[in-house]
Amino acid sequence: MTTGHVDQPVTQGAQDADGQDPDAQDADSQDPDGQGAGWVQEALREHDEQLKSEQRNQEQASQEQGDQEVRHAHRGSPQPLPGTVREELVLERIDRARRARPRVKEDRITMSHGAGGKATQTLIEAVFLDAFRNPLLEPLEDAAQLRVNGARIALSTDSYVVKPLFFPGGNIGDLAVNGTVNDLAMAGAVPLYLSAGFILEEGFPVADLTKIVASMQAAAQLAGVQIVTGDTKVVEKGKADGCYINTAGIGMIEPDVNLGVAHARPGDAIMVSGPIGDHGVTIMLARGELDIEADVISDTAPLNALVASLLAQTTGVRALRDATRGGVATILNEIATAAGVGVLVNEDDIPVRAQVRGASELLGIDPMYVACEGRLVAVVDGAVADIALAALRAHPQGAQAAIIGHVRAELPGIVQLKTAFGGTRIVDLLVGDPLPRIC
Amino acid sequence: MRFVDEFRDADKAHALAAKIADLCEPGRQYKLMEVCGGHTHTIYKHGLEDYLPEQITLVHGPGCPVCVIPMGRVDDAMALAAEPDVIMTSFGDMMRVPGSNGSFFDAKARGTDIRMVYSPLDSLKIARQNPDKRVVFMAIGFETTAPSTAMTVLRAAKEGLQNFSIFCNHVTIIPAIKAILDSPDLRLDGFIGPGHVSTVIGCRPYEFIARDYGKPVVVAGFEPLDILQSIYLLMLQLSQGKAIIENQYSRVVPWDGNMVALKAIGETMELRPYFEWRGLGFISHSALKVREQYASFDAELLFSVPGVRVADPKACQCGEVLKGVLKPWECKVFGTACTPETPIGTCMVSPEGACAAYYNYGRLTRTRVKEASRS
Repeated sequence: MTTGHVDQPVTQGAQDADGQDPDAQDADSQDPDGQGAGWVQEALREHDEQLKSEQRNQEQASQEQGDQEVRHAHRGSPQPLPGTVREELVLERIDRARRARPRVKEDRITMSHGAGGKATQTLIEAVFLDAFRNPLLEPLEDAAQLRVNGARIALSTDSYVVKPLFFPGGNIGDLAVNGTVNDLAMAGAVPLYLSAGFILEEGFPVADLTKIVASMQAAAQLAGVQIVTGDTKVVEKGKADGCYINTAGIGMIEPDVNLGVAHARPGDAIMVSGPIGDHGVTIMLARGELDIEADVISDTAPLNALVASLLAQTTGVRALRDATRGGVATILNEIATAAGVGVLVNEDDIPVRAQVRGASELLGIDPMYVACEGRLVAVVDGAVADIALAALRAHPQGAQAAIIGHVRAELPGIVQLKTAFGGTRIVDLLVGDPLPRIC
Repeated sequence: MRFVDEFRDADKAHALAAKIADLCEPGRQYKLMEVCGGHTHTIYKHGLEDYLPEQITLVHGPGCPVCVIPMGRVDDAMALAAEPDVIMTSFGDMMRVPGSNGSFFDAKARGTDIRMVYSPLDSLKIARQNPDKRVVFMAIGFETTAPSTAMTVLRAAKEGLQNFSIFCNHVTIIPAIKAILDSPDLRLDGFIGPGHVSTVIGCRPYEFIARDYGKPVVVAGFEPLDILQSIYLLMLQLSQGKAIIENQYSRVVPWDGNMVALKAIGETMELRPYFEWRGLGFISHSALKVREQYASFDAELLFSVPGVRVADPKACQCGEVLKGVLKPWECKVFGTACTPETPIGTCMVSPEGACAAYYNYGRLTRTRVKEASRS
């Protein structure tokens, strides 16, 4: 049902109040094929076209190069291609399909579009990036890096719709401050000023709001930032779920700092700053729908001090990311794709608390995809990996930091995991919400 | 972590792998089917195939609960969900299975009240909390999940709940295995038997596989060492020319099954004369429906269900994949038109589906893996 990520929109209330959309029902009944079949047919048509153009290309290639195998395959030779070669061709075709321009195939937003996985990425690239495209947005980093009158500034924004609003280890307020502080810190910036926008539901207790705002102020003080502007909107009961918060922030980037996942190079080490998945599992359990209890609290925390001490120790840091929605797995995929490199990680080396592992095993989810709110993934020049690791571990936020893998030239675009069992597998982008297996 | 790590011990795996390799007769190819989707998931998630010699091929079987649901039944469920005052409840895996008019998730986005539950008892809770609504539980799965549906119906009856019913799509595993054994396009050497189903039905129902078809069966647990050990036991039988039923998962599976669970199923459900399976077509006596004395909990009787048979998209080859005739990547649309993000066939939906498991975890040939680890 959920990654336990912070941005889980809660629409149940709205649905109950609204009932069904009569227009939508009409449209559906007039179109018996509806949306589902529509995109299936389109996908199949696209597939056929691609296959045809592939065949043309291959025939051309075989004529030019005299490639025996390909020629056999397309001239009806009685000798079929060996299985591995055929599988290789299929895998190449899939690689091409994955590189194709992203398109949103659904005609309505589903919960998957907010889960931080493949659907979110498709939505961002096909709708938002397509409309807003500019060189500053294109890297799709946690914060944009701007130049204003010679100064380098990082700018970031994030909205918070976590359910429940209060959970072990924090609430929506400190989450909203830490989240934007961390997005700025991941650009290597020193966070300075934040804005806070509130969308409140009619009937929301003022006492709860006061509590939330107090923890925002405490979090801001801890991170050394100030909340300097804001906005308030109230909507009718049932049109929101209590309280949603948006924060935006700016920070200054030092002249010699230049971070980005596209900078990853073969030989780089990949590390995490601590045990993963605490926040996501905490939220899932805090909803009380699962009847599972575990001694685990959210990891929500500002990471700017940790980043500052890391950057002070070494210039070998290539990229930083906080592993929020989609978890560490999503970050690793972003590294592999943006830098055109392969990533190999060791399951044995990834720190996961026993409680988080246990809950994940029971729910059939993978901690690699579960959100953290106070953990970063760092890509560091392999030559200074030990210095960077020591710098992380010297800070309380990074006491349990660990090197989990490295960047390599082989298998570009693919994240491969060496399992604790001793096998290997791919770690792909998350599809949909991680749904617990039913048996 | 106790009860998990000891079943994922790499040293033990290496030792077992060596023994398995020793049992391979030179020049002979072995095809073993893991019937259960849970096994398929484990095999890919832990990279278990890396331990197997090239002579052994694992064929993925039909035991994935959502994979076998035909499109027509999804459409029926959607029609049900769209009736006035209905709250449809469903397991998570089922939410993404496409019917001819999209999935439950799509319907939910259009405003239909469909809620995900972790247990049918959660549906009962929703029914109690919403007395003015009619709550339907989309019951799916093999004998593994049927007892929990049965117990839910029994409890609803005891409480006298008037606004709860189930849309029963429970299927039984034996007819599916029989259909595969009778299929002319497949030659298997043995079966890794379904573990969870067997906790309910026990091991006896498989005896015909050894007796009538001469194939060994080893009922297996779901940790990677369980599966590796079961492959070893199968190879041992094959090397000795034996075909018997063995129970590797004895820590959970009783030889005679779980009588309480079987009784609950028997009390509330009976066999249907026939049922359509995705890709496999109609199989007689292969599914369950609600018994007459519990008719007031049978959504098929309470609501008008279209019951129209919907053909699978032509390009979809789920049937061949479910029977193990095709490897997932051999399907025409695998990975291009059909991906976990936009599944056309059911095998791409559930994490237990062979196609989803292969796409998410195994999308590398053994050759590519070897090359990469050499460098």
